Amino acid sequence: MSLFLIIALPFLGALLPGLMIQAGRQSCFIVTFLVTASAAIGLATHAPSVLAGNVVTARLDWLPQLGLNVNLFLDPLGLMFAGLILGIGLLIIIYARFYLSRDDDMGEFYSYLLLFQGAMVGIVLSDNVLMLLVFWELTSLSSFLLIGYWKHLPEGRQGARMALTVTGLGGLAMIGGMLLLGQIVGSYDLTVILENRDLIQASPLYVPALILILLGCFTKSAQFPFHFWLPHAMAAPTPVSAYLHSATMVKAGLFLMARMWPVLSGTDLWVITVSSVGLITMVLGALIAIFKDDLKALLAFSTVSHLGLITFLLGTGTAFGAMAAVFHIVNHATFKAALFMTAGIVDHAVHTRDIKRLGGLRRLMPISFAIATIAALSMAGIPLLNGFLSKEMMLDLALDTSLFGSPYLVAVVATLGALLSAAYSFRFIAHTFLGKERSDYPAEPHDPGVGLWIAPALLIIPVVVIGVAPFLVEPFIKTVTQAVIGTAAELPEEHIKVWHGWVPAFGMSMIAVFGGLLVLALFGPLARLWNATPRPEAKTMFDSLIRGSVSASRRLAEGLHNNSFSRYAAFFVVTVVAIGAHAWFTGANAAATRQMLPITPVGFAGWLLTILATAFLVALHRNRLAVLILMGIIGVMVSVGFNYFSAPDLALTQISVEVVTIVLLLLALNFMPNSTPKESSVLRRARDIVLSVAGGVAAAGLIYSVMMSDFPLQSIAEYHLANSYKGGGGTNVVNVILVDFRGFDTFGEIIVLGIAALVIYALTEALLSGPVRARLLNRGYEEARAGDAHPLMMVVLTRVLMPVVLMVGVYIFLRGHNEPGGGFIAGLIVAIAVVMQYMASGFTWADNRQRYPYHGIIGAGVLCAGLTGIGAWFAGVPFLTSAFGYFRIPPMEEFELATAMGFDLGVFLAVVGAVMLSLESFSRLGRRAGIEDSDYAMDIDPSRDETAIGTEN
Amino acid sequence: MELLVATAVGALTAAGIYMILRLRTFPVIIGTSLISYAVNIFLFASGRLMLDAPPILREGVDVYTDPLPQALVLTAIVISFGMTAVVVMMAVGSYLSAGDDMVNEPVDPAAVQHAASAKRGGGQA
Repeated sequence: MSLFLIIALPFLGALLPGLMIQAGRQSCFIVTFLVTASAAIGLATHAPSVLAGNVVTARLDWLPQLGLNVNLFLDPLGLMFAGLILGIGLLIIIYARFYLSRDDDMGEFYSYLLLFQGAMVGIVLSDNVLMLLVFWELTSLSSFLLIGYWKHLPEGRQGARMALTVTGLGGLAMIGGMLLLGQIVGSYDLTVILENRDLIQASPLYVPALILILLGCFTKSAQFPFHFWLPHAMAAPTPVSAYLHSATMVKAGLFLMARMWPVLSGTDLWVITVSSVGLITMVLGALIAIFKDDLKALLAFSTVSHLGLITFLLGTGTAFGAMAAVFHIVNHATFKAALFMTAGIVDHAVHTRDIKRLGGLRRLMPISFAIATIAALSMAGIPLLNGFLSKEMMLDLALDTSLFGSPYLVAVVATLGALLSAAYSFRFIAHTFLGKERSDYPAEPHDPGVGLWIAPALLIIPVVVIGVAPFLVEPFIKTVTQAVIGTAAELPEEHIKVWHGWVPAFGMSMIAVFGGLLVLALFGPLARLWNATPRPEAKTMFDSLIRGSVSASRRLAEGLHNNSFSRYAAFFVVTVVAIGAHAWFTGANAAATRQMLPITPVGFAGWLLTILATAFLVALHRNRLAVLILMGIIGVMVSVGFNYFSAPDLALTQISVEVVTIVLLLLALNFMPNSTPKESSVLRRARDIVLSVAGGVAAAGLIYSVMMSDFPLQSIAEYHLANSYKGGGGTNVVNVILVDFRGFDTFGEIIVLGIAALVIYALTEALLSGPVRARLLNRGYEEARAGDAHPLMMVVLTRVLMPVVLMVGVYIFLRGHNEPGGGFIAGLIVAIAVVMQYMASGFTWADNRQRYPYHGIIGAGVLCAGLTGIGAWFAGVPFLTSAFGYFRIPPMEEFELATAMGFDLGVFLAVVGAVMLSLESFSRLGRRAGIEDSDYAMDIDPSRDETAIGTEN
Repeated sequence: MELLVATAVGALTAAGIYMILRLRTFPVIIGTSLISYAVNIFLFASGRLMLDAPPILREGVDVYTDPLPQALVLTAIVISFGMTAVVVMMAVGSYLSAGDDMVNEPVDPAAVQHAASAKRGGGQA
């Protein structure tokens, strides 16, 4: 099975549980199980080849310019992790089926779980660090959803937020680290990076890159001082804890350290940082775990401790350490997942996880007792169980490691960690299952059905088998180790054996075990001592830190954001002008290289009209109707100007847009006050004048200096002019650019236009269905109304004009490719033709004669343009590539047909639909306000018999 | 002619900014429209001004004005209509539902209280 499919299966499958839950919990479960099982089988088909030394790859270029490609590879390390993720995933899915109660939405749970699973598999199979980062963030997000799955529990929500904050921040740091790494190597491909150990370690960027990447790993794998989020994440349902917080997500940090081991490890910085952080985490986590009374909290801190152990192993930078780390990752995943599940079983049966209220369960829950005991003894490091083997390797390694100049320090600390680890493991067994049976359990303890205990029971099998016969897994562990260390070190010679003889490590093991028993025996007094010792509480520190940053950002936001639009606009203007002024006064101003065009009387007249209209507009701006008239003058002058300066297309567009804009604003003015009151103080107006004059002078100066100098770089205009006819088949270069060269832009633009129209429609709908509707109805109409709103002359004239205007529209459209015109302009002209009917004959009359909904026209336009673009695919060329030819249908003259016409037709339809839908929306508001509601075109119609009103229909 | 175009752009920009800084929605909308004119002319003029050289290919004609700014401005004109229409509808909607057409909302009293309590909390920490 393709590696793509293995990753895609969980993601695609995540859609299914939510649907299948409709068919019942059982089918939901089966579907989820099958999705994971197929991914697991797909993985298994690669296993023989990978273990034989081949690396399976799958490559797909996504954004090669950024170095971001979907490159996947499967080597033994990836195989081991993917196997753990999918294998334990299957067990968790079974367990969750019986764990979740009827009140829990199982579909939602399984969807999140599969999302998470896909993201995890993505991390371990990525061969591109940027892809890896994407999956890395996805695990943070999906684990947030899973931890907060019980949304009604405040602890769940807080725990989820904390986990997201900590791992998310770490993820940010890691992005920086990975980018630095890619910068050093010049490639974001993991396999390439892994081959450049010397280059990376010699680079000055190595230290920052290492620190940033380690921050990501340490936060994800809950290493000191970021360990505090993991226990709070235990508010999640137990299947989540067992999956994310024992076997998979928290191991992602370890995975990455292992993955990057060949290039990052071996330096002093690596050894000191990673191994000391690992040791501290190991001891600290174990110490806290002993005194936790909540079963899951105990396990959470024990997980922190074991993650520290593995970090230490990787931190030593030795091949033996890497091998022990790989081995312990497997072992820990098996026994810890089993322990979490039994903790969940106890919780399920007894309705409490508080150790103080448990004890004596061994006869009442024999199956759970057996599973929990074996797993916990393995965690304690008792011989013949798998935990013993890897712990012994750790102790062995600790003896050989010296840190901070002391050869004994590491050995002592490691032994202490092992001792504390044994102590909490024993406590887990003794205080839950041993001792006297109690009479006050919150619920009657009983072993659960097979569905709940089968998953941990299956996990116990490897715990025992590996513990007894380690030689069975040794080849596999060594293959994976080889994949971790690559060519950076020699594979260790040592074998994994149950009995090494009377070596020092065995002595340390025994000290740990008996010390652990001693701690258990003295637990009462020790716990009192522990509770009396003041300790910093990570959650309060975290919470106050978050509170501090929230209030700081709120102060900042509210200082800037005081709901005053005028203030933001003023800030904006000041900033723009200030930045522009800075550039103007510090940069070198290019001397004028162009000759100024002579000023003509016509040009001067147009300029004078524009300036005067603008000045009057500002002076008279309180009279809103006058403003619209002056706006119209400015718009006409602008379009005349476009025409004057050789832009006929722009002139046509501007003038037709001008018409619809003014109509729109007039319609809007129906509903708004028709004058603006005098409100701002003299001072404020003076300030605004200063600001606007500054902005105006800046704009004028800038464009003047641009116009008077030549292009600093070669213009791409030449290319468009040269290829317009040859490549696009049109002589109107502007139109060819719109429908051909930059057709994709235009496609986006008509979609935006359509969306804008739909937004207007939706706003109208919302207004008309809310309280505004009643207000509109009661509002009446304040202004004096013309008795003859739809005069005969205008009705007749517009009807006569209609076919003429439509003809012009068609003409403009058809010639657009070669002469000024095209879809945009034709669309506006046709829209104006229709608007004329609305204005002259009234909304109701016109609407009754208009058969197609404007939404549909917009949709048809976008579809038409899109399909034309897609049509190019069938000719084997990229989206929107055009084709054209010349045809002659007698008796017409030869004309051109280009596929761009289909695209332009789409533009045309979208423009017509969007303009009409916008204007129609206002009319609907008007109709609601009772402004106009007549079925007749003319208010006074001599041909209509007034007495017949009511019978005519 | 360049001087006239530049001063026209300046005048439209200045008028647009002044109108945008008014306190009611309608003048603000007019202000954005004026700035749209100014920006469109600005973009168009960045292709440099030429007389009698439309970018329509003709036999024997070699001098054409830059077609690219024209194509960009053409769509900008149409899009600015869409934008104006949306903003106008929002202004009408807010006027009809709120009863006034002020652009500056009064500061939300709940938010003020929230900020004050956060400040108190910050003081304690």
